[in-house]
Amino acid sequence: MMRSLLMPVRLLVDFVAGVGQGALFFLRLCLLGLASLRRPRLVVDQMHFIGNYSLSIIMVSGLLVGFILGLQGYYTLRQFGSEETVGLVVTLSLVRELGPIVTALLFAGRAGTSLTAEIGLMKAGEQLDAMEMMAVDPVERVLAPRFLAAVLSMPLLAALFSALGVLGGYLVGVELIGVDAGSFWSQMQAGVDWFDDVGNGAIKSVVFGFTVAFVALYVGYRAQPTPEGVARATTTTVVASSLAVLALDFVLTALMFGAY
Amino acid sequence: MKRLGVDLLVGLFVLLGFAALIFLALRAGNMSSALGLGQTFEVSAQFDNIGGLKPRAAVRSAGVVVGRVTSIGFDDKTYRAQVTMELDERYEFPKDTSAKILTSGLLGEQYIGLEPGGDVEMLAASDTIRLTQSAVVLENLVGQLLYGRAAEGSQQ
Repeated sequence: MMRSLLMPVRLLVDFVAGVGQGALFFLRLCLLGLASLRRPRLVVDQMHFIGNYSLSIIMVSGLLVGFILGLQGYYTLRQFGSEETVGLVVTLSLVRELGPIVTALLFAGRAGTSLTAEIGLMKAGEQLDAMEMMAVDPVERVLAPRFLAAVLSMPLLAALFSALGVLGGYLVGVELIGVDAGSFWSQMQAGVDWFDDVGNGAIKSVVFGFTVAFVALYVGYRAQPTPEGVARATTTTVVASSLAVLALDFVLTALMFGAY
Repeated sequence: MKRLGVDLLVGLFVLLGFAALIFLALRAGNMSSALGLGQTFEVSAQFDNIGGLKPRAAVRSAGVVVGRVTSIGFDDKTYRAQVTMELDERYEFPKDTSAKILTSGLLGEQYIGLEPGGDVEMLAASDTIRLTQSAVVLENLVGQLLYGRAAEGSQQ
C-alpha cells in the first residue's frame, strides 16, 4: 500500500535526478570540449569523420530541397503573378527554418547514430573501463573531442545546406522556368536581412549542434553494454535528438521572429 | 602523409562552410548594401501617422534607395511619430524637401519617399524635414468613401 502510494514520488525523484545528471554531463562536455582544444589533432580527426563524411548527404539534400522549394514556390506564386519572389521564398524558408532543421535531422541520422554506436560499443567492449583503469578519463579523451567536433561542424553544414538550397532555387527558378535573374536576386536581397535572418539561422544551427552532439554522446555513454542496448541507444539518439531539435526550433522561432 | 591529407580535407570543409555563410550574407542577404552605404548623415521627420513603417525600411528618392530608417519613436509633446533616418552622404537634398510614406506595390513594404524642393540651402546632419505626408490608412479611406457617399445622397 505504502509502496504504491510512494510510486509517483519515486518517479519524480528519478526524473529530477536524471535531469540533474544530464545537465552535469552537458556542463562537463562543454568544459572538457574547450579543454580538448589543447589536443587539436583529436578534434580534427573527429571533424573529418563527423563533418567531411556528412558533406555529400548535406550538400545533395540541400540542392534537392532548393529544387523542390523553387518548384513549389513557383506553382503557388504564379497564381498571384509574382514569380520573381520565388527566390525570396526559397531563401527565407531555408535560412530561417529548413536549413538548420533539416541539417540537424540529417546530422542526427548520419553522425549522431555513428557517435552513439561507437561510444556504446566501446563501452560494451570495456574499452572505456580499460581507459579508466589507466587513469585516463574517457569523457575527456573520447567524448569531449567528438562533442567539440560535432558542435563546430553543425553550423558549417547548415550554412552549406542553405547556400546550396539557394543555388537549387536559382537553377529551378531562373534556368529551368525562366524567372528574370535580376529580380530574382534583388527581391531576395531586399527581403533577407543578413543579421535577423542569416544570423539567427546560424545561431539556431549552433544550438542544434549542441543538442544533437549532447544527445548522441549522452545516450551512447549511458547505453547498456550489450548488443541490444547499443541498438536501442542508437534508435533513442535519432528519436530524442529529432524531437529535441524540433521542440527547440519552435521556442527559438518564437523568440527570434516574434518581434514582428 | 595521411595526417596532411586529413588536415587538408578538414580545412577544405571549414573553408567551404565559411564561404557558404558569406555567400548567404552577401549574395542572398542585404549585408553588401548595409556595408556599402558608407558615410551617412541623420535627419528626422515627424508624421501624423506612419502606418506600417518599420525600422530599417528604405528611404527612396525617384525610386532609388538613398537611405534607411534608423528608428521610430513617439513624441508625446506633439503626439506625432518621430522618425529618424540616415541618408547617404553622397546625395544632397534641399531644405524644403518633403517626405511621404508610400507603399511599394499594392501590398508591399512601406518606405519613405523624398521629394526634393527648390531651396538653395541643403539639408545637413540632424536637420528636420518639415513637410511630411502620412501613410494612407485603409480604414480612413473607406471612412471617407462612406461619408462622401452619404453626403452625395443627402444632396440629391
